[in-house]
Amino acid sequence: MSLMSLKKRRRVQIIAIAAVALVLSSAIIGYALRDGINYFRSPTQVVEAPPAPSETFRIGGLVEEGSLVRDQGETVKFRVTDGNEAVTVQYTGVLPDLFGEGQGVVALGRYANGVFEATEILAKHDENYMPKEVVDALKEQGIYVDPNGQANGS
Amino acid sequence: MSIWEYANPKRFMQTSGVLLPWVGWAAAICLVVGLGWGFFLTPEDYKQGSTVKIIYVHVPAALMAINAWFMMLVTSLIWIVRRHHVSALAAKAAAPVGATFTLVALITGAVWGQPMWGTWWAWDPRLTSFLILFLFYLGYIALWEAIENPDTAADLTSILCLVGSVFAVLSRYAVLFWNQGLHQGASLSMDRQEHVADVFYQPLLISIAGFVLLFVALVLLRTRTEIRRRRMTALLARERLA
Repeated sequence: MSLMSLKKRRRVQIIAIAAVALVLSSAIIGYALRDGINYFRSPTQVVEAPPAPSETFRIGGLVEEGSLVRDQGETVKFRVTDGNEAVTVQYTGVLPDLFGEGQGVVALGRYANGVFEATEILAKHDENYMPKEVVDALKEQGIYVDPNGQANGS
Repeated sequence: MSIWEYANPKRFMQTSGVLLPWVGWAAAICLVVGLGWGFFLTPEDYKQGSTVKIIYVHVPAALMAINAWFMMLVTSLIWIVRRHHVSALAAKAAAPVGATFTLVALITGAVWGQPMWGTWWAWDPRLTSFLILFLFYLGYIALWEAIENPDTAADLTSILCLVGSVFAVLSRYAVLFWNQGLHQGASLSMDRQEHVADVFYQPLLISIAGFVLLFVALVLLRTRTEIRRRRMTALLARERLA
């Protein structure tokens, strides 16, 4: 073995150690900060450990089917569910295009007396893309199944 | 014949000179066909309407923004281990191209997020790591400019590239690590394509091919420029000594 190849091998070793150290440290940091990095809390997390009424946080899940109630003006009430628990959300303001029953939603606000008072509503959409005509045709035949899992036939 | 022969600058200049026009034209054709098909000849999405057409720019740009960093990582590691100058220059040449793709993905993402999510920007794990990747690109370019000695600059930027890879990986896989974010999961994957209907999928694949070819063409072109620039510096230095 020449001197050059020894040097080269040393460099490969250093790179390998550096890569392992980077992966480990970012995994540890990511795990430790997971609550801060996660954008929202699920209804189950909120029900199990209710935050103080003064704390502002985000809650996310699906808008429960049949729970959407439009009050007078721009006020709406609905329940956010993760399939396990559900939390009632109240909001006054303009809703994004994708908002609707069975759709993903992320709300920012406070949780007090069992009601989540939202000050901002974001819609969360899934990774599915389909042409409108196809979905309409499937719905007409009554065989359209929502990709999220719930049957959605008309 | 070994692949390392292309590490010889003369050999690289010859081969890339022949390849460049072909790659360039192929990129132009794919982009025109893919984007034209996507923008004008596809139906509306069942939820998003015509806003879905941003996908033909957003997805390929984001994909290449991350792939460009991985390409820089590979060439940087080749530089550290084997000391081929062409490899280091290829990494240097790719950085501004990757940074531009990142910026394009950030801007189209904001334009898409405003009507669909209801916000331009959210501190979601995927979005945040992508923004950090963009800052890494800027830092990488600045570091190359800041150091006078080309070999030292190549060494230090290679290490910066290795560290930045954390955020390249995170922005692609953050959805898997932290599942409570605003950005949806991957629509495209190798094994299944049922998330995206075929009418959207075909033009999307063509525009992804266009972005890949465009990246290759720009990197070849810019690497050639870097090699010529370095030759000029060497010639000027020799002249000053004479």
